[in-house]
Amino acid sequence: MTAEGEIIHFDNVGLRYGTEREVLSDLTFTLYAGRFYFLTGASGAGKTSLLKLLYLAQRPSRGAVRMFGNDAITLSRASLPALRRRIGVVFQDFRLVPHLSAFDNVALPLRVAGHGEKDIAGPVRDILEWVGLSERIDAVPATLSGGEQQRIAIARAVIGRPAVLVADEPTGNVDPEMALKLLRLFEMLNRQGTTVVVATHDLDLLRKVPDSLIMRLERGRLADPTGALRHPPVRRT
Amino acid sequence: MSRDATTRRERRLGPSMLHGMRRLGGGGAELIPQGRMSGPMPWVIAIMVALTAIALAAGLSIGNAVSAAKAEIEGGVTIQIIEPREDTRDRQTRDVAKAVQQLPGVSGLRIVPREELDSLIEPWLGSGIAEATGSAIPVPALIDVRLATGATPQRVETIRAAARKVTQAARVDAQSSWLRPVFEAMVSLQILAIALVALLTLALAAAVLLAARSALGANRDVIEIVHLLGGTDKQVARVFQRSIGFDAAGGGAVGLALAMVVIVLLARRFEGLGAGLVDNGALGWTDWLLLALVPILATLLAMITARFTVLHALRKML
Repeated sequence: MTAEGEIIHFDNVGLRYGTEREVLSDLTFTLYAGRFYFLTGASGAGKTSLLKLLYLAQRPSRGAVRMFGNDAITLSRASLPALRRRIGVVFQDFRLVPHLSAFDNVALPLRVAGHGEKDIAGPVRDILEWVGLSERIDAVPATLSGGEQQRIAIARAVIGRPAVLVADEPTGNVDPEMALKLLRLFEMLNRQGTTVVVATHDLDLLRKVPDSLIMRLERGRLADPTGALRHPPVRRT
Repeated sequence: MSRDATTRRERRLGPSMLHGMRRLGGGGAELIPQGRMSGPMPWVIAIMVALTAIALAAGLSIGNAVSAAKAEIEGGVTIQIIEPREDTRDRQTRDVAKAVQQLPGVSGLRIVPREELDSLIEPWLGSGIAEATGSAIPVPALIDVRLATGATPQRVETIRAAARKVTQAARVDAQSSWLRPVFEAMVSLQILAIALVALLTLALAAAVLLAARSALGANRDVIEIVHLLGGTDKQVARVFQRSIGFDAAGGGAVGLALAMVVIVLLARRFEGLGAGLVDNGALGWTDWLLLALVPILATLLAMITARFTVLHALRKML
């Protein structure tokens, strides 16, 4: 049964790599459409592992995961791409394709989704302008600064208008001014209806998005200071 | 390249072609850097295609020679009249010819002229023996019999019985029996050529499999990104399939050209031998068509191998 507005639900989820001890344990939470979530925790708390579960790079070792009404555990490999296209990801290390230009990197999700070139050029140029990189449209990642690569990664994550945007430490490699600018970009997307999940250990960032919900990981377990993760969201004041 | 330059390129190539080049899985070739996929691959394919085409040409040529020779002598029977006295031999030859001609199934018969017999033994004994020794060597008379169908043992036996009724000096043999060991050797060579083609095909598939695996390993990061962006296995496989297809097509064309040069040179050498069996082995237009198909089939094989290798490997990724 799917609660109204629910897009992702984790039920008693655990994750272990090989035979090691669990890096994530007993995670039970629900993400709702149109909300802004911060995922916090110390280094090694399991933030990146949880994000990997969210953007379907890993399957959990136990528990149940429901995404967009689908059982993500039993979902066939062939059904995964369609689900992944609904999730935009900003990787901590950007993961841009090194030999492709900024334009081609940003266009990649649209090409993957099978859009024709005439439907790609306009939106890609627009989004590159939106992240302030219209002048660097033909630059390859190696010639871009960390902040510029970060913005290309964000542009790539949002070009397909995903239902959920997952960002892993998106402000980790940029100066405070750029960090704030990126945060405003995420807020703008959020206002347009995208659910945003930002993993960060920068507590100052949390205060800058007053309507956000906080998920805190401690040694692989979820602390739920607001209680909002177990119940329909209540706006923080 | 600037966007202006891209636009100029687009105008030059035509939008549809550029569209095809760029698309993932279509123009996905750009997604996988070409330098990593090419390298020695086109040359390996060129060598494989050249060797396959040469082996196939040899097989076809031997096949043609065997078929032509078989068609020529399959219905042939030779009657020898082994009689030292010339006048008796001539008379017996005429009588045997008359008796055999009346048999059912005999479509033609020819008494081989004396001059032709002399020319047959000339390479071994030389010419002018009669003049030099005062008497000719008693060479058996030959009757070349053509049967409407194959020279089965029963038919040969019927002819033998008819000839022996005239003279005990008659010896009857099916022409095909003389050349059976030669045919068997040629068929063995033909089987060897077919086996070589099969082995080279397997070797080509193995080379492509290794190349695809190595390219997959080298591009693992990019493939993972494409997957996480929602790319399907088929899209990724299409990129590799296309890239290896281009390599195979280029290599195949070079290989075929090399093979053609070798085949034409060898054909000229064999023409110079002037041997009947070899002359019959000339390649017909259907054979050349088959040879032209080698690079096309090699390209298809390379693409299919690449596709299945990549799909199989991707199945192990999430």
